[in-house]
Amino acid sequence: MTAAPHTVPALELAGLRKSFGQLEIIRGVDLAVPTGERHAVIGPNGAGKSTLFHLISGHYRPNAGSIRLRGEEIGGLAPERINRRGLSRSFQVTNVFPQLSVWENVRCATLWGLGYRYSFWRNVERLADARARTEEILTQINLLDRWRTPAGVLTYAEQRALEIGLTIAGDADILLLDEPTAGMSHAETERVVDLIRRVSENRTLMMIEHDMGVVFDLADRISVLVYGEVIASDSPARIKANAAVQQAYLGTEAA
Amino acid sequence: MQRPGPPARSGFLASYGVWIVVAAVLLALPQVFSSGLAISTMCLMGVMIIFALSYNMLLGQTGLLSFGHAVFFGLGGFLTAHAMNAVRAAHAPLPLEVFPLVGGATGLIFGIIFGAVSTRRAGTTFAMITLGIGELVASSSLILRSIFGGEEGISVDRTRVLHLFGLNFGPQIQVYYLIAAWCFVSAAAMYALTRTPFGRICNAVRDNPQRAAFIGYSTTRVRFIAFSLAGLFAGIAGGLAAVNFEIVTSSQMGAGQSGTVVLMTFIGGVGNFAGPIVGAILVTYLQVMLSDITGAWQLYFGLLFIGVVMFAPDGIAGLVARQQAVWQAGRLHRVLPYYALALAPGLVALAGLSLAIEMTYQLTVNGPEGPAMRFLYMPLSAASPLPWILATVMFVAGTWLFVRAMRLAINAYGEAIANSRGRA
Repeated sequence: MTAAPHTVPALELAGLRKSFGQLEIIRGVDLAVPTGERHAVIGPNGAGKSTLFHLISGHYRPNAGSIRLRGEEIGGLAPERINRRGLSRSFQVTNVFPQLSVWENVRCATLWGLGYRYSFWRNVERLADARARTEEILTQINLLDRWRTPAGVLTYAEQRALEIGLTIAGDADILLLDEPTAGMSHAETERVVDLIRRVSENRTLMMIEHDMGVVFDLADRISVLVYGEVIASDSPARIKANAAVQQAYLGTEAA
Repeated sequence: MQRPGPPARSGFLASYGVWIVVAAVLLALPQVFSSGLAISTMCLMGVMIIFALSYNMLLGQTGLLSFGHAVFFGLGGFLTAHAMNAVRAAHAPLPLEVFPLVGGATGLIFGIIFGAVSTRRAGTTFAMITLGIGELVASSSLILRSIFGGEEGISVDRTRVLHLFGLNFGPQIQVYYLIAAWCFVSAAAMYALTRTPFGRICNAVRDNPQRAAFIGYSTTRVRFIAFSLAGLFAGIAGGLAAVNFEIVTSSQMGAGQSGTVVLMTFIGGVGNFAGPIVGAILVTYLQVMLSDITGAWQLYFGLLFIGVVMFAPDGIAGLVARQQAVWQAGRLHRVLPYYALALAPGLVALAGLSLAIEMTYQLTVNGPEGPAMRFLYMPLSAASPLPWILATVMFVAGTWLFVRAMRLAINAYGEAIANSRGRA
């Protein structure tokens, strides 16, 4: 992981816009996430948080504006190209390879980063580095003893852990996590927060999260997205105190 | 405790034991089935095994449903035939053994050309494009007569090329060994391919193309490579078919042939490497044998396909593979009697259905010959009501009992699996 110059943010959005037909979902977002920051994006349902992640990760093409990854424009690139430049994401709805074993899921996610690309002349079982990396990731996400199990039959919490495993298995140093704790029990959430804290060491993290406990626990900085616009982007303490945020978002939560 | 993860290296027997057995079986088969019909049937099976395995690189491994795979089989065959004739005319010293490579190269080149067009999309769009390519090539074969020989096709003489080791490929048995060798090498290569990084990424793209892109892979590129390599092996199969039949006609790359390979692969089972092999052997056997017994053989073939799709969607190989868990738990003896119990009424129902089909066939297609016929060696008249009543009773009662017995069998299977889990 090469440290980018501190002046260049890991991720920088400027004037970003996205509409579907007449409906504008992202209405001019400006945001900079410095290298190494844990950044949370919060906002009411329908604010455009997932759309924002889809734009950054290449799932959607922006209508206007720029997305810079370490200073380089990535707006409109295909997802795999963005991934190869070091940005990896998880999904709100679990999105794994259901018929493949847990082991195979994670190993597949390590292959591009290790330089194996489309190799059809090497025996995959004999790639020592892919094996070591897979084992390391499975240990981190606590699924090593489930390595044989097809991902499709894992429990929900296990699938969510695998989802994070796939996201960190490559060599990406910028992670986007889309509601990593959604639908989890209190105990499961605590474990995932722990996991996120560990895997985001030495990485830049941007996450969408609804659980305010998790957000205030993990984030260095919080951006509040309301109707496709960032109305505030600040430290957790200041966000808590921000009147506009309270009115637009936290207030409705409390009510 | 053993380290988690699949073993990096397994013992010699575990890695190559199956292949040694396969090689031995391929060598021994002509000694066991030595009749002329058996040898030509096995030659055809060998060609079809390569063809079906190449198709499963698309369907089973990468999740691509192609309706035009015979294009590569047929073009491989035509180019092989032209190469053989050209070599013969030029008196060039090339032995017959290498000509399937011409087919393979042709399949690869056209795989690259057509793959560039079709693999941008998956799913229905891909299926429709391949259907279009199939029609395009099949219809141009009737227009470009000098290349495809029109209705008569292109003939070759496999004995008129360089002879190595005194093999002139006059006797069919020599062709058998040539096909067996190519079949072995191709199957081993295609199996090895499933165990490479690319092979695993094909599976990932099949399972979830969206996520495959977010772990760094271009799904278009993966599909394109898989499509091209499938074309390569289909071309080898087509080249061997040209050598085997000594004629290539445009029907070999038509929709019928493309459909046959879908059926073979599906009936055998797409989720298992051995599936297409089982399917190719079974379907070829049925095509050869059943067409001898009954004129309505294609109807039975269709029924078999529907039956597999409805009751064993993972094919025959999948059905067998599911018994592995029961077998490992040592409970196969608990479920086998139930399978036998279901099989008996199933066969009765099939016989009833078959009787009705054969009588219909006798009255319609064979109408001029009159209603007198034989069914399972029994003489009967298709015009009298008794056999019709019998057929109906057999079918209805057999089906009813079969369904009930199948329920028991499925319960027994479920219990055996649950028990084995409980003990584990």
